[in-house]
Amino acid sequence: MSAILEVRNITKRFPKVVANDNVNLTVERGEIHAILGENGAGKSTLMNIIYGLYKPDSGQLIFDGEELNISGPHEAIEKGIGMVHQHFMLIPVFTVAENIVLGAEPKGITYDRKKANDLIREISQRYHLEIDPDAKVKDLSVGLQQRVEILKAFYRKAKLLILDEPTAMLTPQETQKLFEIMRELVKQGMSIIFISHKLEEVLQISDRVTVMRRGKAVGTLKTKETNEQELANLMVGREVVLRIEKSEYKPGDVVLSVENLTVVDQQNVTRVKDVSFEIREGEIFGLAGIDGNGQLELVEAIMGLRPKKSGSVFFYGKDVTNFSTRQLYREGISYIPQDRQADGLVLDFTIAENLILREYKEPTYSRSGVIQYKKVYENAEKKVKEFDVRPPEYMLKARNLSGGNQQKVILAREVGYNPKLLIAVQPTRGMDVGAIEYIHRRILELRDKGAAIFLVSLELEEIMSLSDRIGVIYNGQLMDILDGKTAIREQIGMLMAGSRFDKTTLEAR
Amino acid sequence: MKNILKELYIPVVAVLIAIIVGSIIMLITGFNPITAYISLFIGAFGSVNNIANTLANAVPLILTGLGVAISFKAGLFNIGAEGQYWIGAIVGVWIGYSFTGLPWYIHIPFALIAAMVAGGLWAGLIPGLAKAYTGANEVITTMMMSYIAIYFSHFLLEFGPMMDKSGTIPQSPVIKESAVIPFLIKNTQLSYGIFIALAAAIFVYWLMFKTTWGFEMRAVGYNQRAAKYAGMNVPLNMVFSLGLSGAFAGLAGAVQMLGVQHRLYDSFTSGYGYTAIVVALLANNHPIGVIFAAILFAALGTGSQYMQLNAQVPGQMADVITGLIVFFVAAHRIAEVIKDLLARRQKKEVKA
Repeated sequence: MSAILEVRNITKRFPKVVANDNVNLTVERGEIHAILGENGAGKSTLMNIIYGLYKPDSGQLIFDGEELNISGPHEAIEKGIGMVHQHFMLIPVFTVAENIVLGAEPKGITYDRKKANDLIREISQRYHLEIDPDAKVKDLSVGLQQRVEILKAFYRKAKLLILDEPTAMLTPQETQKLFEIMRELVKQGMSIIFISHKLEEVLQISDRVTVMRRGKAVGTLKTKETNEQELANLMVGREVVLRIEKSEYKPGDVVLSVENLTVVDQQNVTRVKDVSFEIREGEIFGLAGIDGNGQLELVEAIMGLRPKKSGSVFFYGKDVTNFSTRQLYREGISYIPQDRQADGLVLDFTIAENLILREYKEPTYSRSGVIQYKKVYENAEKKVKEFDVRPPEYMLKARNLSGGNQQKVILAREVGYNPKLLIAVQPTRGMDVGAIEYIHRRILELRDKGAAIFLVSLELEEIMSLSDRIGVIYNGQLMDILDGKTAIREQIGMLMAGSRFDKTTLEAR
Repeated sequence: MKNILKELYIPVVAVLIAIIVGSIIMLITGFNPITAYISLFIGAFGSVNNIANTLANAVPLILTGLGVAISFKAGLFNIGAEGQYWIGAIVGVWIGYSFTGLPWYIHIPFALIAAMVAGGLWAGLIPGLAKAYTGANEVITTMMMSYIAIYFSHFLLEFGPMMDKSGTIPQSPVIKESAVIPFLIKNTQLSYGIFIALAAAIFVYWLMFKTTWGFEMRAVGYNQRAAKYAGMNVPLNMVFSLGLSGAFAGLAGAVQMLGVQHRLYDSFTSGYGYTAIVVALLANNHPIGVIFAAILFAALGTGSQYMQLNAQVPGQMADVITGLIVFFVAAHRIAEVIKDLLARRQKKEVKA
């Protein structure tokens, strides 16, 4: 039997880049084929071509034995290609059944609720994807919403399922559940393309891996015959250090101390509930949690960007609860905000200007209100070199840099002044392996110099590999603080989902 | 150098396209575009007197244009430069005629600075504070404040406290000799006010690009959130930016009174405050660019009368061209698309 999908010599150019450069790929029937690559490697472009959203400039697609020549997703669906996007395409106020049949309702003049529900029950039983057809989508967890998306593909009789970064929004438990579902589907003859930039997931679930780099498919490997290191090297195109050795944990004085902090938002909803913790010199305190559980509000309240309802913040024993953001910076706190483009940079400013975005008033850079541009440029030249910003032209607007280099500019600004406390929110979000390695090394260097680090991340892997102590936040509450050395994934995952880890289970291990 | 060329690209292309489309319109309506443009040019720059009148027209446009450009650069849309101009004119004239015995070097700066403060408060105090602390849209508030200013002037001049009691025409008394900014060239409208306008443009350039205050204003203008995260006081900055913007529009009013009109006439609009928006737009909010944009629009104004007399092309054709320039600047994406196409063609040729 032939392969389910063959991609032959596909090339797709965009005005400034070649997104897919002569890509070849074969997906066998009944396999989980992972496509691994950094951001911008061309994974999404390729999938959008297969799904009919883009037309390739040249090349051929063979699907199920015949040439695929489609002009839109509806035709792809008709042929039996299903795709689950990273961001779900669901209507929250509709029921599960309504979402699934939408656009392909069972024949008849009126919408036959019972027939639709029966059909869905049948499919969900066949594939072991239990779900209540009458539940409203907005009431479902992210994992269940994803299940609805997958069911949508089956309802339309998909033979090939494309999952685009499906684990990005899931908790570790939900991810494992998804993997079980994927295995079950493959057993029933489904073929799956699994797109990811997470090495360990690819190794865990796939049968074969195709690695993409800068628009090219640089190799297809059998998962069993490869390892993390080889894949990472292929992805980046050079030797990558995956696990940075951390030096010994030697905590010093308490730097930041948060006491009983409560934050409410403008709608008077409590976002942070009575949170208390301390961070010491030479320590990385990681805060784990699923997106939207109060991490952002907590950090912004500490940084004076959001009002605090009650509680206090101390910095080296000094009460800084009511300090302005600028006063906090002057105390020696640095802050890498979550969204580098929206919060961290003025994209229409030059790199040099962005590097002094919060220091422009200090005597180093200005004298009686006049900015000393000579000093600004000297600083920029030095920082650009030290932090390897590419291209190293500090008169370039920040807008013209890649995401990784934009982050390096922020890093240069925030880490370059040797802060006593660094608050880093998602410092490696959306970055590729090479850049992540670099940023992690910088953060660890800072820790070893004796600074305190408050690391907030949605990537559990990142939290676990860097943190000396790990706090887990759920629904605005600090569930527990764990020792970074002994904490285990499942334990953190349970806390992230809101259930206290049972101590006896831990002891029983 | 490369940057300057890049900045000039959009306005120059917009003006050129406007001239071409203007020609087509003239051809369709039966006029000779070449004679029309030649007479337009002669009317604006053909003699010393014509140049002087063009520059005289440019003075209030430069100053109001600077005001609008400041607000745009700070991410705020001060649409009410017209009203701030009127407030500046009222205060400038009032100081001009009601204080006697002052030497010129005190009287003139006194009137100008008072007008700037008044214009600044008019834009900063109500629209600025409302925007910063309640989020009220400054487009609406500056516009409304503009009407208030204009009707306030009607109240003052039409049998009100500022009306010249010696006559029945609604106009203010003439300002004192010591408050007059002298003419630079006789029998023209050009006063030493042109130097004030040029100095103001250089000052604004320095302020926006060399000082910490300008740095903050631009940062807030480009990205409010990043400015806030960097520890800047965003609301206060908005108040100051709008205030500064109004100050220059107010200065325009006073310079026009002390240098050209010497008294305030009752009228519905000076028109400068609205053209200022176009000037700032064409200059891409660059203070030095404002000078050239203001001269261009001033030239279209002075040249159009001559064009009407000599080429028998209706003077309104100048307005059509003004409109076209605005359209093509606003639609500068069109220019970008053309640039893209050209770049792609070049690339293809290189490959072939």
